[in-house]
Amino acid sequence: MIGFLVRRLLQAVVVIIGVIAFMFVLIHLIPGGEARAVLGPKAQPVAIAQFNKENGLDLPLWDQFLHYLWNLSHFNLGRSYTLNQSVGALIGESLPKTLILVGLATLLAVVVAIPLGVYQVVRRNKPEDYIITGVSFILYAVPAFLLGTLLILWFAVYIPIFPTEAPQSTSIIGILSDPRGLVLPVFTLAAISIASFSRYMRSSMMETMTEDFVRTARAKGAGPRRVLYVHALRNAIIPIITLLGLSLGTIVSGAVITESVFNYPGMGLLAVNSAFKEDIPTLLGVTFVVTIATICGNLLADILYAVVDPRIRYAKS
Amino acid sequence: MQNPEDLVRTTRQEVVGREIVGETGPLEDLDVLSEELGQGAVVAPGGGEVVSHGGLGRRIFSVFIENKLAVVGVIVIVFFLLFCYVGPLLYHTNQTSASEALFAPDNAPPGNGHPLGTDSSGFDILGRLMYGGQISLLVGFSAAAIASVFGALYGAISGFFGSWLDPVMMRVVDAFLSIPVLFLAIVLATVFRPSLTVFIFVIAFVSWLIPARLIRGQALSLRIREYVQAVKVMGGSRTRIVLRHIIPNSIGTIIVNATFNIADAILLLAALGFIGLGVPPPQTDWGSMLSNGVNYALDGYWWEIYPAGLCIVLVVVAFNFIGDALRDALEVRLQQR
Repeated sequence: MIGFLVRRLLQAVVVIIGVIAFMFVLIHLIPGGEARAVLGPKAQPVAIAQFNKENGLDLPLWDQFLHYLWNLSHFNLGRSYTLNQSVGALIGESLPKTLILVGLATLLAVVVAIPLGVYQVVRRNKPEDYIITGVSFILYAVPAFLLGTLLILWFAVYIPIFPTEAPQSTSIIGILSDPRGLVLPVFTLAAISIASFSRYMRSSMMETMTEDFVRTARAKGAGPRRVLYVHALRNAIIPIITLLGLSLGTIVSGAVITESVFNYPGMGLLAVNSAFKEDIPTLLGVTFVVTIATICGNLLADILYAVVDPRIRYAKS
Repeated sequence: MQNPEDLVRTTRQEVVGREIVGETGPLEDLDVLSEELGQGAVVAPGGGEVVSHGGLGRRIFSVFIENKLAVVGVIVIVFFLLFCYVGPLLYHTNQTSASEALFAPDNAPPGNGHPLGTDSSGFDILGRLMYGGQISLLVGFSAAAIASVFGALYGAISGFFGSWLDPVMMRVVDAFLSIPVLFLAIVLATVFRPSLTVFIFVIAFVSWLIPARLIRGQALSLRIREYVQAVKVMGGSRTRIVLRHIIPNSIGTIIVNATFNIADAILLLAALGFIGLGVPPPQTDWGSMLSNGVNYALDGYWWEIYPAGLCIVLVVVAFNFIGDALRDALEVRLQQR
């Protein structure tokens, strides 16, 4: 177990260093460099030289890279020139909002998808099974930006039950105290995960039902309910943990879309807005934090998987 | 656990005297297969005789055509190709000059010379769908092609050379894969301020990672095969092994993945267009059109939302159908041999 943990951690560290190196290269690939991005396309060479000197951009590359690493390790993500605020502060404001959105959507997806998948196995090859399969296929095929748009059109414009925008409050409590405003965004983000998780749950459950231990349980006289919920479900649910870890990137990408559809001031909207204003430090800072969060989520899922299922632990070490 | 169908296949393979090598990839021994095409029967590495049941292409085609969803998929794609590239020849609209479009009413509902209405700049929406579709399809096809070729080469080299190179090359892939796709695309689209060509490369850049991983897996199992060893012994260069043996033997995986890649590329372009980072004006794509329509959702201008949305969904689903069917066709072909 320890060996597996160490190896998995090392791998994550290597990947994070790779991401950092990529970000560093990107900053230097901006046409005209960071100075031109900040000072504008008409900046005088003297001003550019001055800017480079002030910001240490005239140092050798390796020196700059070390500085970059040093800053990152102190959570110093640079400064947003358009908003004149530190990138860290901007992220501090928007990260909790995205966490709420992503957290609620993931929770909804798991809470809906797992019973749905189990129900499909119970009623397998009956009309209910086919209907749920059909619906999840449609949910899977409709991209988040279209789903969000349609939901606004149907449930905020034609039938005005929900507001067209997500809650705009700056405080977490303010956002959570407006659950009506969260319904459409959370469902938009959860839809694709509901579809894929329930498909996965169905096939995982079907596979578990053919396992020897299920047959043994039956042979020992366990009733169909007990076999299904105690023996099969508990084993079939384990791979969902890995799936959750793997889906994290997709969910986070979906959050960008959902936040722009519903104008929800989280990390995604911050990224999109800084992309418009060509505010590279903010954009890279947001991307960096989101990537680290995704890597950590993945790592957590892998570890949790190994903790829950001893078979994995032994196979991997 | 063996289901009866597998059993039948195994027996059939035994009858024709072909030994089953462990860990079969979707497509192996293409060399043997291509000869098979010409001669009908050849001696297989196992020593038995392979009996050919008609041409290889024909068999793939017959499995593919049996899949009704795939046929629907192909019809949808052909329809959209005609719609986007032949449509504008039959249905003339001005889609580039906003000044001329000024004479047309803005946000006009369907009817009155505009079958699908006009958008907020007065552009005819039916014509704009054709025009935007050209971009969406062009970007989708080109980005998927570039990503597949590069990814396949990268993966084949990584898997074949192994030793220290493989972990290094794969950690690079891991690092890129750990950045959520849309963020990576937004960063690249911002830093490089893309023209249409650059856009294709930006989308290809986020799409080559999965094929690289898949083909690397194939290369790992192919490199220890006897015929690859034989090429080595006979003095074939490593470039030759990668280009003439590893890549051709992974072609099934590459094609199937490329099909899904097209769908993903179109979707990614639409997503970027939707958040406002799509192809620069006056060009447009379906995602940008949808994004434009959303601004008027409150006014209930449905004709600026449904058509573009429907186009995206239909094309993406169609490519996914085709990809699924190709996967079945290429895998079943192996089992039917």
